[in-house]
Amino acid sequence: MSSEVALDFHSGVSSLHDTHHSHDEHHHHETFISKYVFSMDHKMIAKQFLITGMFWAVLGGFMSVLFRLQLGYPDSTFPWLEDILGKWAKGGHITPEAYYALVTTHGTVLVFFVLTAGLSGTFANFLIPLQVGARDMASPFMNMLSFWFFFTAGIVMLSSIFVETGPFSGGWTAYPPLSALGDASPGSKTGMDLWIVSMALFVVSSLLGGLNYIATVLNMRTKGMSMTRLPLTIWALFFTAVLGVLSFPVLFSGFILLIFDRNFGTSFYLSDIFVNGAGALPNEGGSAILYQHLFWFLGHPEVYIILLPAMGMVSEILSTNARKPIFGYMAMIGSMFAIAILAFLVWAHHMFVTGLNPFLGSIFVLLTLLIAVPSAIKVFNWLTTLWRGNIRFTPAMLFAIGFVSLFISGGLTGIWLGNSALDIHLHDTYFVIAHFHIVMGVASMFGMFAGIYHWFPKMYGRFLNNTLGYVHFWITIAGAYLIFWPMHYEGLAGMPRRYYDYSIWESFKQFSDLNRFISTVAMIVFATQILFLANFFYSIFKGRKLRTANPWGSNTLEWTTPIKPGHGNWPGEIPEVYRWAYDYGKDGTDFISQTTPVGADESVH
Amino acid sequence: MTMYLVIAVVILFFVVIFQIAKASEYVAVLKGEKNSKLQSNKINGFLMVVFLVLGLIGVWYCNELLFPKTLFRFGSASVQGEKVDSMLWVTIAVTGSVFIATQILLFWFAYKYQEKPGKKVFYFPHNTNLELLWTVVPAIVLTVLVVIGLRNWFSFTSEAPKDAMVIEVTGKQFGWIFRYPGADNQLGKKYYKNIDNASNSLGLVWDDKMSQDDIVTEQTVYIVKDKPCKFIIGSRDVIHDVGLSQFRMKMDAVPGIPTTMWFTPKYTTKEMQERTGNPNFAYEISCDQMCGNGHYSMKGIIQVVTQSEYDEWMAKQKPYYYTAFPDKEPSNSKPSVDSTKKVVVFKEISNTQKSNSKI
Repeated sequence: MSSEVALDFHSGVSSLHDTHHSHDEHHHHETFISKYVFSMDHKMIAKQFLITGMFWAVLGGFMSVLFRLQLGYPDSTFPWLEDILGKWAKGGHITPEAYYALVTTHGTVLVFFVLTAGLSGTFANFLIPLQVGARDMASPFMNMLSFWFFFTAGIVMLSSIFVETGPFSGGWTAYPPLSALGDASPGSKTGMDLWIVSMALFVVSSLLGGLNYIATVLNMRTKGMSMTRLPLTIWALFFTAVLGVLSFPVLFSGFILLIFDRNFGTSFYLSDIFVNGAGALPNEGGSAILYQHLFWFLGHPEVYIILLPAMGMVSEILSTNARKPIFGYMAMIGSMFAIAILAFLVWAHHMFVTGLNPFLGSIFVLLTLLIAVPSAIKVFNWLTTLWRGNIRFTPAMLFAIGFVSLFISGGLTGIWLGNSALDIHLHDTYFVIAHFHIVMGVASMFGMFAGIYHWFPKMYGRFLNNTLGYVHFWITIAGAYLIFWPMHYEGLAGMPRRYYDYSIWESFKQFSDLNRFISTVAMIVFATQILFLANFFYSIFKGRKLRTANPWGSNTLEWTTPIKPGHGNWPGEIPEVYRWAYDYGKDGTDFISQTTPVGADESVH
Repeated sequence: MTMYLVIAVVILFFVVIFQIAKASEYVAVLKGEKNSKLQSNKINGFLMVVFLVLGLIGVWYCNELLFPKTLFRFGSASVQGEKVDSMLWVTIAVTGSVFIATQILLFWFAYKYQEKPGKKVFYFPHNTNLELLWTVVPAIVLTVLVVIGLRNWFSFTSEAPKDAMVIEVTGKQFGWIFRYPGADNQLGKKYYKNIDNASNSLGLVWDDKMSQDDIVTEQTVYIVKDKPCKFIIGSRDVIHDVGLSQFRMKMDAVPGIPTTMWFTPKYTTKEMQERTGNPNFAYEISCDQMCGNGHYSMKGIIQVVTQSEYDEWMAKQKPYYYTAFPDKEPSNSKPSVDSTKKVVVFKEISNTQKSNSKI
């Protein structure tokens, strides 16, 4: 029934667009505002997400350079810092307030604005309609709202940087009581109000987007596109959306309680508190730990919200460029499903040392280490996909291979941290920083880069410069390992994270040379990303033009659209699908598009 | 000036790379796309192996360089921590071998199966036996790790032995307050609304007889070698964390919810100074939970001493009650030498903190 409705909708839209396309290739009735600003075309919205995400990536990345400057060169002064940061860097030396604000904003921005909105916002919007064979999202209007809520969230976050008491500075996890009490930290005053408002808007954006992605994948697949014929990108983005829709509301509830505690005198998270300068607070009976449960109930699925889209795109890109089907398609879906389920059952592994009931902790150890099984399946399947392939090293392929390497490296240290008895030693040290930056931060960034290099020709009808792509890749992967690999050793020495200065600590000050090294590499890697951005924006206008619609010899539907698809994607009928997306190298044929009917003499896999 | 020079050099460098990259694109078009693609494919395939080899050498070199700077050279300073260390070695053996094997496969496959014209790929969409293999083997290995981990976890979180010394540890922005139960071996009641920085930093309830002999110190805590020590941990304001890296222990300090941790120190501070060859060695308590702008300076010191040294030190301590009510002190004459000394030490620490935050 629902599919009939969906089909009717399709035919309605397609006839509208057919007539439309017949007299003009372009959408002449579209104004600048409706085409580039309040666009309802999923491809344009995807680009909006991408470019906004890039803005935040540069800002968030630059913040990390600033605080790495403090960590690497704690005794030096940089007069130019005072020029850009003003009172936050008096005498060219970042203050602790500014340092913590930078660390907090870097975390929030990179996790939510870049790797959630920038990654799944971009590619879910861009790929879902194109790869399932739909004219647009289920609700283009909600899709537009989703972007503008995200944009507004960004504006609010940006404004918090300019408040007199500074932006929020209590870490991206915003644990109360620190985040609830302005008297405990200046950053928890107006900065925190803006932080919560921004995050609330972001949750709305993410829910609007997520519901749309789910509806589109379930209802708007073209004829013949059964769920088991979907490319793995779509499966990954689908699971991502489900995770987001189920977990963001819980985070939101946590924020609501925090707003009440901050402004309306409730005691959800507060109890028995005496703040220097403010005296004893009236609040009694709350639990600071409650917030952590609510936060990590999103916080952990969030890790997979970030990682799954990268996994999906990497699967697609590895298979396409190895000219070989993805190995174990069903096992890949199964393992993503398992990851999606387990993502909701492991949150308390972030809380092993909060005084959590040890028995409860043990359950979370078991469930956490269980995630290693689907992860291992994915890794071995990717390796087998490469085995006996015919690999083309496009920049996208390099980043996909880099993703697998980083996912292995960072995933394995998860086995250390997920085991509570080891976590007691490693919790909140640089070991954790190394672990999550490699497996979640850099790996997902690699997935995103792979996606950008691979689908840039579809987005803009031009290629990115290959040579710059290769330079970008090799410097970035070498840099990522040089930055984060040695941090494991700092963590093994117990060096705590979020310290402004280690020089007063007998136990941790032996790493000052290493810190300087890491900071230097971080700056080089950051500069290399600017090179990528230059390549990106230059190629939008001046890149080498596409001459064929299907430059990578890919099977999926997006490459059956014209080089520059208009709103509605296919000028004529939406193509019908006859096979899965991974018939590469079958019966000696290089690739067989999903739209090719199964031949009589074709072997069955 | 040098700053602008550096920026200029970086920009110049960028422009050069950019121009080379653009030129290489034109060359590629001239040479024919196929040839140039094959060529860059070869280069990248070769770099895959280079990266693998250099990477593995780097992993080894990094270990040579940094392992001596970790805590593992001297082993754990607590009996419980030995289990953490042994578990760590098992885990590193398992994950390390998987790491090396999979990274070698990944980059080797990438090199070996790079594109060659006319090569036929192996159409290999799935194989149930292989997939079962890499589901079951990791599951078994992980089960072993879980079993080892949980045995240790339950032993760390078990009740402290009856003869353990009990000390209350309270975090505040940005320092630590310690309370010993005193002669009656019982910690008296406290209520946070009684807190007064000058005379009652923990909010002890003075009507409670058990509070009256409690001893309160700041920044430094004395414990006894080879004797189990139980910390009852709390916080006065925001969440802190008692991080004891040499003992391999860690526990959050949460306002309103007491937590506990116990361990048995193996070496006195002096012994550790000799073992590490570092005369400044100290068992430092690091706050491991973001607690505000002074988080990085929230340091406490654990002095591990012998029983006799401890007894001697303890004999000099006066119940905190007398700080609040100096007139009640039996020998109420002049302030004892030791307590002034303590104040001096504390002032020094807070001064260094202040000067540090000023830098």
